[in-house]
Amino acid sequence: MTKTAERRPLTKAAVHRVPAPPPVGGRRRRRLVDQARAYAFLLGGLVCFALFSWYPAIRAVVIAFQKYTPGSPPEWVGTANFTRVLHDPEFGAAWRNTLTFTLLALLVGFAIPFLLALVLNELRHAKAFFRVVVYLPVMIPPVVSALLWKWFYDPGAGLANEALRFLHLPTSNWSNGTDTALISLVIVATWANMGGTVLIYLAALQSIPGELYEAAELDGANLLQRIRHVTVPQTRFVILMLMLLQIIATMQVFTEPFVITGGGPENATVTVLYLIYKYAFLYNDFGGACALSVMLLVLLGVFSAVYLRLTHTEGDTA
Amino acid sequence: MSTRTLISPATLARPRGKAIYWTVFTAVVVLFALAFLFPVYWMVTGAMKSPDEVARTPPTLVPHHWHLGGYTDAWDLMQLPQHLWNTVVQAAGAWAFQLVFCTAAAYALSKLRPAFGKVILGGILATLMVPAQALVVPKYLTAADLPLIHTSLLNDPLGIWLPAVANAFNLYLLKRFFDQLPRDVLEAAEIDGAGKLRILWSVVLPMSRPVLGVVSIFALVAVWQDFLWPLMVFSDTDKQPISVALVQLSQNIQLTVLIAAMVIASIPMVALFLVFQRHIIAGIGAGSTKG
Repeated sequence: MTKTAERRPLTKAAVHRVPAPPPVGGRRRRRLVDQARAYAFLLGGLVCFALFSWYPAIRAVVIAFQKYTPGSPPEWVGTANFTRVLHDPEFGAAWRNTLTFTLLALLVGFAIPFLLALVLNELRHAKAFFRVVVYLPVMIPPVVSALLWKWFYDPGAGLANEALRFLHLPTSNWSNGTDTALISLVIVATWANMGGTVLIYLAALQSIPGELYEAAELDGANLLQRIRHVTVPQTRFVILMLMLLQIIATMQVFTEPFVITGGGPENATVTVLYLIYKYAFLYNDFGGACALSVMLLVLLGVFSAVYLRLTHTEGDTA
Repeated sequence: MSTRTLISPATLARPRGKAIYWTVFTAVVVLFALAFLFPVYWMVTGAMKSPDEVARTPPTLVPHHWHLGGYTDAWDLMQLPQHLWNTVVQAAGAWAFQLVFCTAAAYALSKLRPAFGKVILGGILATLMVPAQALVVPKYLTAADLPLIHTSLLNDPLGIWLPAVANAFNLYLLKRFFDQLPRDVLEAAEIDGAGKLRILWSVVLPMSRPVLGVVSIFALVAVWQDFLWPLMVFSDTDKQPISVALVQLSQNIQLTVLIAAMVIASIPMVALFLVFQRHIIAGIGAGSTKG
């Protein structure tokens, strides 16, 4: 991307600018001054990236092999942090919950937005209204949506059970039951985040050339066949991209379990990130927290690499 | 919209097509109202019910008596002005820091050809691949004790501002925009004797208004919505932003007061969204498909 910008042919103005070559020493000094100036512009950004992105990434790996207590010199402990974390009964629960959460979020939070976008794209009235309404929950602070749904899930006067009673259905324990807690959180996450996905799908659907549908219809394709053979292949790339982004995002879920269930009941909603938080701030075990972070990083790194590969190869041709 | 979609205009024009269309349309309106607007309505009115009424089953659809007491209590008891102000300071600072440092860095990477510029850009883009939340603990340890100068950023708005600058997404958005600015304009300014800073200020920035708007909104929303990082940074209750304070205070406060506080905490971002909805919605669609 930078290449194309830099290799543009010289314009008239630029040609004029090139003066008679100054003495060699002067040119070198000139270049040093240019470089110093460029780095002066870069400095603030570089320092922040170094401190809060690059250094922590390296440090996570280092501390994962140390006994680390703030204020005292760290000790090397080999893989002790990893073995300790692996033997924690919560470890299995956290990974199981996180993976189940991610899978459920894909099933619920993936099919619904796609279908919704598909329907919205066909509607010819109140377009702006639908877009604003579906995106509204995204703008509500996540903490507020979590607290709001915690209230809805209240076993007493919660709206969720009231709705079930209204429909003459059996009530549920929602976030307070070991079996239902995780899916309850998935509903919250989907409600809160769906707007972005729907809008991205809508944009993708709008870029499908109308002739494709026309041709398909002339060939006798019915509605479902048109969806299957035109819509899905045409949006395949966006679908795949969003799926990976969603996996990466939901694997790091924290706010909903922290606010709504506190990881309970009986560890049914402890997630990996929640466990990292507990290790650091409840057990004061930063080595264990970093060991967990490294595991999460490696797994998510694989997904990220796939994502980047996809956006690079297909993004250029699309 | 004139372009052809899944269903042909001819089908929709037929009586049967029309009937189905309006049925689906009504269903979607009802669904949207129930799924997205009703929870918000329930929150806003729930805060105006009396504590008895809010706990009643079956619940009342409309408050019997409209109490504004929930809102005033939340404002006073939960020290909302303090927490809102903290959030504003944190968000505004993060926005300003990002605008200054990310813009300068993006300008340097795009136009000033620093040595190792490609390597630096690669390093910045690589952070997009690293899931941010997974690194909060080492990031926290760094903020608690900065290398070399051994200062702590905890309980200090700088603990929000400086990490906010390390936003690869915004920096990349800016750089990509600067790459597309016509070279001749910048060179003309240079011939006229303008320095690099002057060019950035009087030529590049005025031409970059759209992207600066997008970056500004992203920056503000990110800080206002964040929870885990400020939860770690601010152990001091008086300095906590509204999101952290809400959760901390939610345990021992009356339900109606908490709900009122939730509504108040949502107002700024929802208002921002309603004002700039056209730009935000267009930005989401465009930004994602052009990868």
